[in-house]
Amino acid sequence: MRWNTDRPTTGWGRALRATSDVARPERAAQLDQALAPAVGNRRSYGDAALNDDGRVIDMTRLDRILSFDRATGEVEVEVGLTIGDLARVMAPQGWLPPVMPGTGFATIGGCIAMDVHGKNHHGAGSFGQHVTEITLIQASDRRRITPADTGIFAATVGGLGQTGIISRARLRLMPAKANIVTVTERRATGWDEHIALLDASQATYCVGWIDATATGHSLGRGILEEAETAAGLVPAPKASKKVPFDAPNFALSAPIVRAFNALYYRRVPEAGRTVVKPIQEFFFPLDRIHDWNRLYGKRGFHQFQCVVPVDQKDALREMLEAITRSGLASPLAVLKRMGPGRAGYMSFPMEGYTLAVDFPNRHAAVKLIERLEQMTVAAKGRLYLAKDSLATGDQIKAMYPDHALWADEAAKADPTGALQTDLTRRLDLRDMP
Amino acid sequence: MTDTWIILGATSAIARAFARTQAQSGCGLILCGRDFTDMEATAADARARGAAFVEVAAFDARQPETFAPILALTPGLSGMVNCAVFVGSMPEQGEMDADPALIEGCVTDSYTGPARFLTMLAPLMEQRGGGAIVGVGSVAGDRGRLGNYVYGSAKAGFATYLSGLRNRLARSGVHVMTVKPGPVDTAMTWGLPSMPFMTSPAGVVADILKGLKKQRNVIYTSGIWRIIMTVIRLVPEPIFKKMKI
Ligand SMILES: Cc1cc2nc3c(=O)[nH]c(=O)nc-3n(C[C@H](O)[C@H](O)[C@H](O)COP(=O)(O)OP(=O)(O)OC[C@H]3O[C@@H](n4cnc5c(N)ncnc54)[C@H](O)[C@@H]3O)c2cc1C
Ligand SMILES: NC(=O)c1ccc[n+]([C@@H]2O[C@H](COP(=O)([O-])OP(=O)(O)OC[C@H]3O[C@@H](n4cnc5c(N)ncnc54)[C@H](OP(=O)(O)O)[C@@H]3O)[C@@H](O)[C@H]2O)c1
Repeated sequence: MRWNTDRPTTGWGRALRATSDVARPERAAQLDQALAPAVGNRRSYGDAALNDDGRVIDMTRLDRILSFDRATGEVEVEVGLTIGDLARVMAPQGWLPPVMPGTGFATIGGCIAMDVHGKNHHGAGSFGQHVTEITLIQASDRRRITPADTGIFAATVGGLGQTGIISRARLRLMPAKANIVTVTERRATGWDEHIALLDASQATYCVGWIDATATGHSLGRGILEEAETAAGLVPAPKASKKVPFDAPNFALSAPIVRAFNALYYRRVPEAGRTVVKPIQEFFFPLDRIHDWNRLYGKRGFHQFQCVVPVDQKDALREMLEAITRSGLASPLAVLKRMGPGRAGYMSFPMEGYTLAVDFPNRHAAVKLIERLEQMTVAAKGRLYLAKDSLATGDQIKAMYPDHALWADEAAKADPTGALQTDLTRRLDLRDMP
Repeated sequence: MTDTWIILGATSAIARAFARTQAQSGCGLILCGRDFTDMEATAADARARGAAFVEVAAFDARQPETFAPILALTPGLSGMVNCAVFVGSMPEQGEMDADPALIEGCVTDSYTGPARFLTMLAPLMEQRGGGAIVGVGSVAGDRGRLGNYVYGSAKAGFATYLSGLRNRLARSGVHVMTVKPGPVDTAMTWGLPSMPFMTSPAGVVADILKGLKKQRNVIYTSGIWRIIMTVIRLVPEPIFKKMKI
């Protein structure tokens, strides 16, 4: 493996940066040559995929489908394959990845290591729950693990890459007559209605866009999207665009965001509407604009994402109030009902409500996020490590009750700490309590 | 009727990206190369993506006895037979300066091996009266430069060969397209100092597909390299010999 030395890299939020030696094997056999943290497309916002002053192995060129059983929908893949590519190939053949995060650029390796959730989490659970086998490369071992290998499997799924390099995975796809999605959009005029609509939804896919600038009676207003996959004539996907340079700082200033959000809200008629979209447009709406993270300018941005238990929705409302008062939120804010499904010790999901909001990387926003994190702790909720760049180790350990079990497995799997990343060091995650 | 692509150098990143697009459009594939483990994985991928059939065959540019068995796979095929050549090797110029015996290998991999194979394939394609040959050369073949002139000369030889082959096969409806990539983000360039106007394997493949559709004879990828190389070729030799580019 050849190392591309001193490469500058960033998380998706571009607020955290690192300089690393990067290898990008073109052949699976090369993975036996060195052990370092594996990374996918670096769609994690913070430092999960960073290793400053160290090495990382970029998995994106190992991206093939190794087997596909058309009858059962079981696939084995090299995990540098992106979830979007898998969906694009499988949808016309009647299958879909059972869980898809909001970007098609996430690799299967990243989906496993973060145990990602999708818009169907309430029904389908997390990504790792559909994984039937993982091939792990460790210092002196190449092994296949299944859910029956309880400890190591639960430490690997959602395990931040700390138990080894995941080279292959077997997953069960979901049957779906799917080349289009029918999306029903409805206005939710305020917080209580928004929550009630989420609670009552029977749809397979359900997510709420929230106007994080609306205050007073309109606090929590937004648009509920409910969707089902279907077979039909595919409307042509819109061509993708690119953000060619870092945007100036005013691009996402409060008045612009407020105006944008109001328009976005009114886009959906009062009586609601049903539209038909190509699958990638519904599941990966932001992927159409390449490098959209540059809209936040050079300093980058943070995403705050927490989940709180069902009985803590008032705490979540308070968080939203704090956010709207600050005038710092961007248009990207999402509210979702989560089910209990999770597959790993460090998996994010819990039954409850999850809120995700982007903030430009400014002093005031950092202060606000710190407050939101404390409110999450008080609400017995959890922060998502795929998004986090500001939490403290104590906070995270308190939120993840199985942390000790995970740290124990990680220590056995990687005794020298060769797989540590900026995230695990920042949060002292590999420290045994 | 199923069209088939014979892919020489199937382990190259560009070849893998190309194989993927042809699989998705339902062609049959014959993947040829040296690393069977890797080619089997590409074959599985192609099958999952909809290839009509996929065969994996041994091909070593330095072992011409591997050529005939590949051609023996073609008689039963129903549609057009096409061939794309991605084989090539670029030993460091310094290494070849120190050990001139390495020159032969470079030239065999990048020129004479593939040329010999294509010369054996040509009559079969003439017989079928159609199909396409895609030969990957390099901008390095457009002018000999300090940094890689042996590799460049092999690619120049290959390009001239392809131009003659085009002349010959056009008469029987076979289209020959020469592809001259500038730097491509693959194993060949990973870890080397950064290079201007680099494209990706997917970018090269998109250009190849566009070129095939328009029946282009010679394409540069990315396209700007046509202009750059025109300028570089125009520099008078007395000046060029003092330049270090
Ligand atoms: C626009 C957008 C929308 C998103 N929406 C969602 C969403 O709806 N739900 C959700 O859950 N997440 C979501 N995310 C987060 C994203 O799904 C995760 O961060 C995911 O891990 C990214 O995958 P990646 O391939 O880029 O991994 P990276 O960010 O490169 O890596 C993530 C982690 O996985 C590890 N890792 C990666 N590959 C391997 C491997 N082969 N072996 C071992 N460890 C590995 C890395 O070490 C790192 O710890 C979103 C992100 C974006 C940018
Ligand atoms: N990357 C660039 O910047 C660039 C620029 C211009 C042109 N090109 C050309 O593009 C083509 C593909 O290159 P790449 O960038 O994808 O690099 P690559 O991965 O190194 O591809 C080279 C291919 O040639 C094969 N090969 C080498 N010697 C061989 C031999 N004796 N017999 C059989 N196969 C042999 C290799 O097979 P093995 O796997 O068995 O080694 C590999 O498949 C090459 O012709 C290259 O010259 C590349």
